[in-house]
Amino acid sequence: MRGRIKLKRDYYAGALMVVLGVGAAIVGSGYKFGTLARMGPGFMPVVLGVMLAFVGLLIAGTALASSEPDDAKFMPDNPQWFGWLCIIAGPVLFIILGEYGGMIPAVFVCVFVCALGDKSGTYKSSAILAFGVTVFGVLLFHYFLGIPFPLLRGVNL
Amino acid sequence: MISTAITDLWYGFGVALEPHNLMYCFLGVLVGNLVGVLPGMGPVATISMLLPLTFGMQPVPAILMLSGVYYGAQYGGAICSILLNLPCHPPHAVTCLDGFPLTKQGKGGTALGITIIAAFIGASFGITEMIFLAPWLVKMALKFGPTEICSLMLVGLLAGSTLARGSPLKGIAMTILGLLVGIVGSDIETGQPRFTFGITELYDGVEIVALALGLFGIAEFMNSINSTESVDMKYAKVGISDMFPSKADLKLAFPPMIRGTVLGSLCALIPGTGPTIASFVSYATEKKISKTPERFGHGAIEGVACPEASTHSSVQGDFIPTMSLGIPGDTVMALLLGALIIHGIVPGPQLIGQHADIFWGLIASFWIGNMLLVILNVPMIGLWVKLLSIPYRYLYPSAMFFVCIGVYAANNDMFQVGETLFIGIVGYILLRLDFHPAPVLLGFVLGPRFEENFRRSLLISRGDLTTFIDSPISAFFLFICVVLIVAQVYVWLRKPKTLTEEKAKVPTSPYSELAE
Repeated sequence: MRGRIKLKRDYYAGALMVVLGVGAAIVGSGYKFGTLARMGPGFMPVVLGVMLAFVGLLIAGTALASSEPDDAKFMPDNPQWFGWLCIIAGPVLFIILGEYGGMIPAVFVCVFVCALGDKSGTYKSSAILAFGVTVFGVLLFHYFLGIPFPLLRGVNL
Repeated sequence: MISTAITDLWYGFGVALEPHNLMYCFLGVLVGNLVGVLPGMGPVATISMLLPLTFGMQPVPAILMLSGVYYGAQYGGAICSILLNLPCHPPHAVTCLDGFPLTKQGKGGTALGITIIAAFIGASFGITEMIFLAPWLVKMALKFGPTEICSLMLVGLLAGSTLARGSPLKGIAMTILGLLVGIVGSDIETGQPRFTFGITELYDGVEIVALALGLFGIAEFMNSINSTESVDMKYAKVGISDMFPSKADLKLAFPPMIRGTVLGSLCALIPGTGPTIASFVSYATEKKISKTPERFGHGAIEGVACPEASTHSSVQGDFIPTMSLGIPGDTVMALLLGALIIHGIVPGPQLIGQHADIFWGLIASFWIGNMLLVILNVPMIGLWVKLLSIPYRYLYPSAMFFVCIGVYAANNDMFQVGETLFIGIVGYILLRLDFHPAPVLLGFVLGPRFEENFRRSLLISRGDLTTFIDSPISAFFLFICVVLIVAQVYVWLRKPKTLTEEKAKVPTSPYSELAE
């Protein structure tokens, strides 16, 4: 490589697979391995882990051998940190509010927060969308499908 | 053989026409058509969202509905490609090449009309293929022991991972990852919990809905947020009267439709080659044999008819290995297989015999569903075109709601929502590293059955690995595996240009929807 190690995306990709594979094999070796005729629960995890690590090495190896320019970066051109944060925050808030508040606040806040992630999303447009989805969701899931999820905990609706 | 097929089919129509089943079939194709039209939504995410809602239903309507979403989405996807030049659905990406120029010339309606005719012809052939081929395959497969099933699954896994999009090595890595994810939970034979890390909720394994919605829902939304442009609706004005093609157009488009249909049905039989590959192959073939190849790319009606027919024939043919052998060819089929398992139906060659209502009802519902789709699409085209303008900023938050509540409803457990989010974030990282997560689902669904059969065949042979070569059928399957690997290495060394050339011309999609 003559001193310049290009951070190709495939190196990361291969390395990740090696880590996952070795990890799976190590955890799997804690279970009984058994023999070919009488396989224990540890047989498949170890074998698959070793295979995954091997494929990971191949991925990194072919990237090393290929002469293609390093045009692919790990991060997209314009990272959407706020958008990603909103998408992750949506389900997190759904879990918390669903556990302690009930379906109505969980759905409203989840949709509201997710909608804010879009660059053209305003508080008002997100709230309107969240309201509409909540009404629809309550009608469909609570009244029509009847899933066991109280609308508001502590309040008997 | 023909007479038994007709009696069985007659019985299937009886099942599919029960008002209850008919309603769910209609619902399925309607939702499918809807998500097909909407840019940024795909059948995989939709089927996973609907899957938890079917848990309380009978298996027959559930499967009819979920399948309806899949082929319904194919009708909708073409509208998006032809009118907006947006290849939101990979199987219709190649249709953009000639569909959009036609739209610019004011012939978008004709292109859509031709598409619907091509779709119906393609689908009809695919269904007929299934009627005759599936029982025949089953007759063979019933002789399979664990050894043969194991090798067959290996073919399915290898084909699914290497023939799909992206680098074959990465596909294999994703398949192995899927197999590992499938191991999570209690071991079937010993009850030993594996990869659960002390979390009791994981003892039953990873929920298929959580996996699918994480990879194809949350990861997808993270990938496309704020990277979509507002769609250009300038040309998207189509009325019913525009949709009837002239005699000259029909005459021009008919032979390509037939060729596309045949190619698509052949592609469907090779595991791992879904509708996307079928459409590219048929477009390339059509261009090659055309007397006027220079017209392609500038609005040749053949360039719309051929890939569309082959997509639809391949979509229907896709069900053959899944329903007859229990080996899914792609992501959607893996999900449907998962749905069958959730409903307590063991997929495999015994399915047709034990659950004739599902198998023949499904086939009959294909006919009914396709006819419903033609009816839905011709008079209501104006409505579908209007739907195209729904912006993504309204779509993904609503979809996130369906993801959360769908996963919750699967087990009435908030843990699953967190699990989905975790899988989604991992999925996005994998996506950024250029891994296509489709094979993960394939490996996940087949994994437990592969392990079970692998253990059993080695138990029978007392640990002798040559059992896989001693059985001629198994040896044949392993031979196919070797051919697949050798072919991949050959392709990697040669880098042929035929298909990549066409692929490069297709406008890049902001969505990496992986529903192949």
